[in-house]
Amino acid sequence: MPLTAVNDFVIRFANVNGSGSASANEMFARAIMRMGIPMSPRNVFPSNIQGLPTWYEVRVTEADHLGARGGTDIMVAMNPQTYNADVASVEPDGYLIYDSTRAMPPGKPRSDINLIGIPLTAICNKEYSDPRQRQLFKNIICIGALSALLDMDIAELEKLVGEQYRSKEKLIQPNIHALHLGRAYAEANFKCPIGLKLKRSDKIGDRILIEGNAAAALGAVYGGATVCAWYPITPSSSVAENFTKFCGKYRHDPATGEARYAIVQAEDEIASIGMVVGAAWNGARAFTATSGPGISLMQELFGFAYFAEIPSVIIDVQRAGPSTGMPTRTQQCDLINCAYASHGDTKHVLLMPEDAAEAFEFTAGAFDYADRLQTPVFVLLDLDIGMNHRLCRPLQWDDARLYDRGKVMTAADLEAGKDFGRYTDVDGDAIPFRTYPGTHPTKGGYFTRGTSHDARAKYSEEGADYVEGMQRLLRKHETAKGILPRPLRRDAAKPTRFGVIYYGSTAPAMLEAAEILTARGHTLDLMRVRAFPFHQDVASFIADHDFVFIVEQNRDAQLRSLIVNELDIDPVRLVPILHYDGTSITARFISGAIGDRLDALKVTPLRKAMS
Amino acid sequence: MTYLTKPKFHHPSLPKNALGYTRRDYEAATSTLCAGCGHDSISAAIIEASFELAIEPHRVAKISGIGCSSKTPTYFLGASHGFNSVHGRMPSVLTGANLANRDLIYLGISGDGDSASIGFGQFAHALRRGVNMTYIVENNGVYGLTKGQFSATADRGSKSKKGAVNTDNAIDLVAMALQLGATFVARSFSGDKKQLVPIIKAAITHRGAAFIDVISPCIAFNNHPGSTKSLDYVRAHNEAVNALDIMIGRDAITVDYEPGKVVEVTQHDGSVLTLRKLNDDYDPSDRLAAMNFLQQEAAKGRIVTGLLYVDGEADDLHRHFNTVPTPLNQLNEPELCPGSKVLDKINAGLR
Repeated sequence: MPLTAVNDFVIRFANVNGSGSASANEMFARAIMRMGIPMSPRNVFPSNIQGLPTWYEVRVTEADHLGARGGTDIMVAMNPQTYNADVASVEPDGYLIYDSTRAMPPGKPRSDINLIGIPLTAICNKEYSDPRQRQLFKNIICIGALSALLDMDIAELEKLVGEQYRSKEKLIQPNIHALHLGRAYAEANFKCPIGLKLKRSDKIGDRILIEGNAAAALGAVYGGATVCAWYPITPSSSVAENFTKFCGKYRHDPATGEARYAIVQAEDEIASIGMVVGAAWNGARAFTATSGPGISLMQELFGFAYFAEIPSVIIDVQRAGPSTGMPTRTQQCDLINCAYASHGDTKHVLLMPEDAAEAFEFTAGAFDYADRLQTPVFVLLDLDIGMNHRLCRPLQWDDARLYDRGKVMTAADLEAGKDFGRYTDVDGDAIPFRTYPGTHPTKGGYFTRGTSHDARAKYSEEGADYVEGMQRLLRKHETAKGILPRPLRRDAAKPTRFGVIYYGSTAPAMLEAAEILTARGHTLDLMRVRAFPFHQDVASFIADHDFVFIVEQNRDAQLRSLIVNELDIDPVRLVPILHYDGTSITARFISGAIGDRLDALKVTPLRKAMS
Repeated sequence: MTYLTKPKFHHPSLPKNALGYTRRDYEAATSTLCAGCGHDSISAAIIEASFELAIEPHRVAKISGIGCSSKTPTYFLGASHGFNSVHGRMPSVLTGANLANRDLIYLGISGDGDSASIGFGQFAHALRRGVNMTYIVENNGVYGLTKGQFSATADRGSKSKKGAVNTDNAIDLVAMALQLGATFVARSFSGDKKQLVPIIKAAITHRGAAFIDVISPCIAFNNHPGSTKSLDYVRAHNEAVNALDIMIGRDAITVDYEPGKVVEVTQHDGSVLTLRKLNDDYDPSDRLAAMNFLQQEAAKGRIVTGLLYVDGEADDLHRHFNTVPTPLNQLNEPELCPGSKVLDKINAGLR
């Protein structure tokens, strides 16, 4: 019995990198969104430009489950190289769509799936003589065929073609023609639609589809960043590239055309962070975007910025490590390396957005936090958020919002006789005042150094001066807890002894997993951590439960370690749920892992055991 | 090393510059370097140059790396903001600072370990980007703070204080700077204040990447027979190609020079660099010839000093980026934030 479902299936396109499939696939995903149906696309791609296999997956989900699901219901197998593995990965009773022009590579045939052969190459070769056109239109013809097979509104596809080629009008008709070629073939040769189909819905609302890296770049534009220094590294490069694009549009003096920003592609990550620190010291809002290996290289200057108290913003789009690891696969593996970056006793502010909308907000906010706290602030994205289009609430900006430049003493302040001690805690919040270089002819000058200094920035190796400074830095982190985004708690309908803590890109899969677990009879309270240092609410949440599952995407349970270390929690009560194979974490995985433990545990609650 | 703090008061008849400042206003904390260190002479030359140019001290940002040389910004221009960064990274920190505020004067102070070894990459890239700065390497061929290891500028065959002979080839930072596109390249000697002060003045007025390699003998670890960076050796092998006068504004040249013996370079700010030729064959506006000449003289064991190359039409990084004249650190919400209406449009395009 072939799979049947409406607005609830996973379709996967197996393509060859560089074959032009990306834009056709994206058009397919966007058309579903235009039909009012929630969907979640994901790129799976190798660290290569051309020739290696890539996959594009779209999860169609009326129930709004935007995390990866796992499994494939419809495989569009266009890559002979991966054909056998692709066929093997189709769910029983699922569908295989393939190019039937030539025989596919020999392999184990499956009798438990439904085969749909479309002679795409033959249709193309008959219609087009130019090899490049044959390649590109093949993708479009395939989408046209799918539109019939899945009952997709062809008008939405036609509209998208029109929008995509608005500036190259002569490409519109040929593309629409190609769509209809595919659609006509499918209608003539198969019973359309198949068991899995689309039906217009109204679940999108005002949501948008955007990549996390683009959203973070926009956040940097809105947050007032003027200096960006970066070094290309997957999966973060598109942050700087998008920042460049947006600055080109929105950051030029309309009268003179002059730039209100400076972007340097530096010689390496060390120079990138050096420029950020230099610019921020001089009063500009500056950031870099990088990934794990870059974080490793920047360590020394992170420690400098922490100790000399220089605001700086680092966007870390995490990928699977260690070393070069899996550069095009996702993980949450830089948490500890960022939290305690550099030698000596250091602690840094981390922000952990769950999606593109938060990537925008947190990146814009990061500049305020950095200026307010005078310290490095890390925005921890990952490949899953950064390089995939994700449905999210529209980006918002309050025009009344002013940038918080933190405690900066001006020439007028100095002239009025305000006392300036660069590292003096005058307000009791452990945050001192700073001056920008060049402020006043005789007052407010000071020396910035990575060596130990006293409260007035004078070089000092006195133990007491050093300890006072280090203690103040700790107190500053206490201040940070009250400023940073709070953790969000979502309690179950009825009381439970079990809680879950999660963060970042795990969010959509976690929410779906909670639904699955509830259906299995397991209730869980949820807490999504959004910043480090941890707010007091995190400790309270743990105190409220006997056991708390910590769900994250790395091998060593880094968030759990951080919680144990910072909040002095008994590790026994924190159960690690770890997903780290480089693929996006799924609800199936989480609910399976937590559910099995809860089923098997049958733990006697601590309270009962002790009473 | 001086143990007595200098008194704050000064004689009322001390000469004042155009801003009404005396030399004392350009001084700073007492040096903690070894007595007789060449670096202190360079600090003194920076003070003298700043005084003579009548720079407002607080409009200078002095940025350094790590090492004896990088400690020296504490000892000059006490009213300026200073930044003693990490080893070898002065150029990137300076680049970032310069991007944030194009209106300040940027003095980068580094050493041969800082710029020729750990920071060789950053040295190169800051020069090739044309960052508007005066980049001074206080070059003694040795690691002073860690007590006498060879640096990458130590000549092959040079002998360390402990008797070890350097077998590695030396990096010639001047040759590198010329190749990398620095638009002002000079070499001088810490013991020749008369030559060094005008070179620093010219470098500060230059708009673009100005690099000065100052041979500065290390009294403690590299001033013995067998060293090619000792006072005696440098004095004996110094080959000055020109003597420099610098005119601010477009003042008429009052000094009479023998015809054919003078090269003039007018810079963007109107300053005129007047070079009195000591070597008739040397043309400081010809980059290729300069590179050749340096190689030939080096082969003969001579240390060529003077203003070796200057491009009066130089550009800097801000010109390449076409940045607004207002320093970026002074821009605010109205100039930087596109606002909610634009965001609504962006949102609409993403549906």
